[in-house]
Amino acid sequence: MLPTPSTAHVSFDLVYEPAEDSFLLLDTLSSLSETAFLRERFSGATTEAGCSSAPLVLEVGVGSGVVLAFVAANAHSVFGRDDVLTLGTDINSFACSAASQTVRSAVTDHKSHSTFLDIVNGDLASSVRPNSVDVFVFNPPYVPAELPDRSRHDAFNARSTGQKSTTFEQESYLLELSYAGGKDGMEVTNRMLEQIPSTLDSERGVAYVLLCAQNKPEAVKQRIREWGSDWRAETVGSSGKKAGWEKLQIVRIWRST
Amino acid sequence: MKLLTLNFLTCARRTCKTSPSSFPLHPREAELEILESELNLVFLRNILPRLMWSELRGIGEELGLPSLPESPPSREDLVTKPSPAKPSSVTEPSSVEEEGGEGEEVPSQTAKDLHRLLLETTIKEGKLVCGNCGHEYAVKEGVANFLLPGHLV
Repeated sequence: MLPTPSTAHVSFDLVYEPAEDSFLLLDTLSSLSETAFLRERFSGATTEAGCSSAPLVLEVGVGSGVVLAFVAANAHSVFGRDDVLTLGTDINSFACSAASQTVRSAVTDHKSHSTFLDIVNGDLASSVRPNSVDVFVFNPPYVPAELPDRSRHDAFNARSTGQKSTTFEQESYLLELSYAGGKDGMEVTNRMLEQIPSTLDSERGVAYVLLCAQNKPEAVKQRIREWGSDWRAETVGSSGKKAGWEKLQIVRIWRST
Repeated sequence: MKLLTLNFLTCARRTCKTSPSSFPLHPREAELEILESELNLVFLRNILPRLMWSELRGIGEELGLPSLPESPPSREDLVTKPSPAKPSSVTEPSSVEEEGGEGEEVPSQTAKDLHRLLLETTIKEGKLVCGNCGHEYAVKEGVANFLLPGHLV
């Protein structure tokens, strides 16, 4: 098993703590079937002429950064190449700084040859240049619970001048952002799914999105297949075999001709 | 925030997506910081086809950095040529050298300059401005903020 990046420096009062969902993503991305798929999709000798260009991995909603750091640190095992680029976004500025440190440390600790870009503070992938992402990873706020009121976001997204500690209200708001998904737990995920065709590289792009049982994953996959005859959506990892309320799965979304 | 990141970012406003002038974002009042990192020759070679070179040149100019050549370097430009002083061996030295160049490749000055520009030159504080709508995104402590006020979403 590949090592899990350290998140010891992260303040879990403000940033989502790695949990079963995060670990399912790590296990799925490093599983035999997914590494075989990714290695084939991104094959191409990395030193000879005519090689394929450096792949860009984007994770939206990085939280502590544990998933992106895992990909960055183990890029060689997962992709079989030493030129992988990683980029992240999060709506929570505290998560951005924390995740940035998580990825940097993991890359150094594991002597990885991948290249970490940055974590930007933003809404989903709205600031990412269209069709530039090769591998997209999203562990969304998937719990069916009312979305937090975003009108307070600016006030809660940073420490105000002179403010030493964060308030309970601020902490609750930031954590709600990380888990509350609105109706069926799908409001944020649906907004992201809409952007996926314009975010992914039109040839080799592939997305990994986590869903829970209450998100109605079969219906979600069916909707994606209706984007066009070349779109594919399959479950490639799952946890919690018993019918618990939070049975999780990872759906791989890609195009195939 | 690394300059290479700007190669992958655009204005977050939906209405700007279709306008070519929303890319690249233009740094303003930028305070730069050099953060050294290890040079990865394989990466530099394989990022070349993805670089929006003329946009990158523009950003360099706006930041007052030494100007970049008009066209991007080739893969070959990134490696120091093997020294010609080497005593000629018995059979076809040139082709053997090219084929077996896997072992000890030395990054050229061009590679070092490119690494410095893309990955070591960072924006610590400043703004990123959309060329289409003029919206300014703040960069604070190296983190760019692309969250839009409600009326612009």
